[in-house]
Amino acid sequence: MRARGLTKAFGDVVALDGVDLAVSRGEIHGLVGPNGAGKTTLLGLLLGLTRADGGDLEVLGRPVRRGLALPDGVAGFVDGPGLYPALTARQNLDALARLRGDGPAGVADALEQVGLLGVADDRVRGFSLGMRQRLGLAAALLSRPLLLVLDEPANGLDPAGKAQVHRVLTRLAGQGTAVVLSSHRMDDLAALCGTVTLLATGRIVFSGPVGELAAGADELDYRLRTSDPAAARVIAAGTPGLGVLPGGSGPQREGDVLLVRARGPVLDDLVTRLVGAGVGVRELAPVVAPLEAAFLALTAAAARADGSHGEGRR
Amino acid sequence: MSVAEAVAPPGRVDARPPRVGRGYRFELVKLLAQWPVRVALLACWLGPALLVAVISTQSSLPADTVFGRWMGQSGWAGALVVLTLSCSWVLPLLTSVVAGDVFAAEDRLGTWRHLFVAVRSPQRIFAAKALASLTVILLLVTGLAASSIAGGLAAVGSRPLVGLDGHLLAPGDAAGAVLLAWVLALAPTLAFAAVGLLGSVALGRSPLGLLMPALLALALQIAQLLPLPVVVRVSLPSYGFIAWRGLFTDPVQTGPVLAGVAVGLAWAAGASVLAYLLFLRRDFTDLAYDGAGRRLLLRAVLPLVALLAVTAGLVAGTTPASGSGIDRAKLDRSLATAWAHLYRLQTAELHRPAVTEAQLRAGAACDRGGVRARDVGPGNDWRCVVTWHLPGSAATGSAIYQLEVTPDGRFVADGDGPQEVNGFFQVRTATGDAPNPLWQFDGTVDLLTPPA
Repeated sequence: MRARGLTKAFGDVVALDGVDLAVSRGEIHGLVGPNGAGKTTLLGLLLGLTRADGGDLEVLGRPVRRGLALPDGVAGFVDGPGLYPALTARQNLDALARLRGDGPAGVADALEQVGLLGVADDRVRGFSLGMRQRLGLAAALLSRPLLLVLDEPANGLDPAGKAQVHRVLTRLAGQGTAVVLSSHRMDDLAALCGTVTLLATGRIVFSGPVGELAAGADELDYRLRTSDPAAARVIAAGTPGLGVLPGGSGPQREGDVLLVRARGPVLDDLVTRLVGAGVGVRELAPVVAPLEAAFLALTAAAARADGSHGEGRR
Repeated sequence: MSVAEAVAPPGRVDARPPRVGRGYRFELVKLLAQWPVRVALLACWLGPALLVAVISTQSSLPADTVFGRWMGQSGWAGALVVLTLSCSWVLPLLTSVVAGDVFAAEDRLGTWRHLFVAVRSPQRIFAAKALASLTVILLLVTGLAASSIAGGLAAVGSRPLVGLDGHLLAPGDAAGAVLLAWVLALAPTLAFAAVGLLGSVALGRSPLGLLMPALLALALQIAQLLPLPVVVRVSLPSYGFIAWRGLFTDPVQTGPVLAGVAVGLAWAAGASVLAYLLFLRRDFTDLAYDGAGRRLLLRAVLPLVALLAVTAGLVAGTTPASGSGIDRAKLDRSLATAWAHLYRLQTAELHRPAVTEAQLRAGAACDRGGVRARDVGPGNDWRCVVTWHLPGSAATGSAIYQLEVTPDGRFVADGDGPQEVNGFFQVRTATGDAPNPLWQFDGTVDLLTPPA
């Protein structure tokens, strides 16, 4: 899919403001952004649920100029999977397959892929959020998607369910399906997506490989646990470019933990100095993951810029 | 073919939404999976049979309901009692449960986007939902009719039915008329179903949308009690729930029957078109929309009021009806006709020599409220004197009746003497003892015939 300059407003509220995006076959692309950033609107456009006010959208090689005019081969869900609680999991998929004219042949396969074959004949009314998410994915799989659009697919999943969904999406991408998914879990995106787009107040503030986003993170806060906290504090204070944060150690207030703020190369210098001084390094980890830190930094910057650009947007 | 295999090659890239037939089956599966619909189906297919079978064998019959007093003597009367009760509440409530919820359910479950991704055509979604609702409503109405007929026939048997002008319908004719009455009741049922669709589309998950047909039924029942001009009364979508009674006179009251059907279908079409247009205009991407928009009044209610005005204009222009549609001459005629038919029935039950209506030359003279009141309109202060002649006798018989005339044209005649003619006594009928048929009986006047 390819989008150029997409705009969409709901009344006075600008949901998308000149969004460019391209996702190729076999690519898993993540959409991330704070609440109200425009992720769901963008996913809705990709699913043909609404029409853009401006810009061009091309899906599976076809221009999309009005709502509900997408070609076959696009599947997915926004705002949770649409399921009917009075029907069983199998009946939900069976009805959907018949609606598409495909017949029920793929229903069992789809259920098996998402790990729900064992509860296929249970009513969806009793399903947990995670099971519903997986069933929603199975419903999307039924349509043999070439473009799969998923809104928070890992929402409510336990670690095993998440791993299963990841396996399914990775396999689909390997077979050539383009996957666009949103998530507020940066670790999910890091584990799954090759590329990511960060939206804030309807605009793209970053789009590119996940690693590039992480690398773009500015100074990060790190937890440092050593064999000699007192010596480590002195060494850290003397390391150029590194700040020692007051208060020690976050929520747990552990006495042997030091909080420092630095860029990556400065950390290398610190570790060299500690080891040289005979201080054992037991733990050195970011307090906030690099992706998440980049997310917070970029969205905060976007919000500041948006505020300084006046009231005109809404 | 597995899904894994299916996704490997490029899939279909056409843009055609699924056919309406597939959407129809999809909607039908969803509707029939809902427990309220299942309960309603069970109740409609079993309840009336039990009700009619039990009531028909009681000594006290629901005489205040049309045909109720005949339930013990004809197996066809029970189905008409159930039809009358259904027309009051059951059918509007059933349309609420089915059509009133068919769109709102998607709002409640949050499944609109899923449905649009799957179907990609609001027109086809609307058509599928409307057809599925219609199918379930037809199943429910068929159940009510079949069950009530079965209960009556099982308890009493297929026996002649006394019509609303006292004439006797042979079992075959009664069967045809009863079935046709149920079919005619479909027109106003469809009107209520369309109003249900409109409420469901316009009000979303709001309970008011679900209740719209029931609320409309309540409002129209109140309206039917008011002294409305007949052109307005006939233009109400519920008129068809009354008009079928015209099938049970000889000759059939074709004017009210056709008007009831036409008005019902006009309301069904009008409300469906409104619902369709509202549905196409709705933005389903706006999660904040709960359906209760301020423009509802403008887009849904006012057009229906306009439809009522147009229908009333058409009725006024195409029928000679005016005022309340009830006057002295119509009552005189209807009462005399019914009395003569029932006198023949009484004669047969008392094993007297047979007479014909022509020999009886029955007439009636009605008066409302003495000299000060005009002899028009509904009320319970009508007093009538029926006169007749017996073959071979120069004397003229006379009997007095108090009449309660309701605004829909129905009247209940209550014998006020002489005792041996229209007093209460039991007569022997084919199904057992029953009250004197001339004691109390129902009748109906044709509201749409020209005033005398």
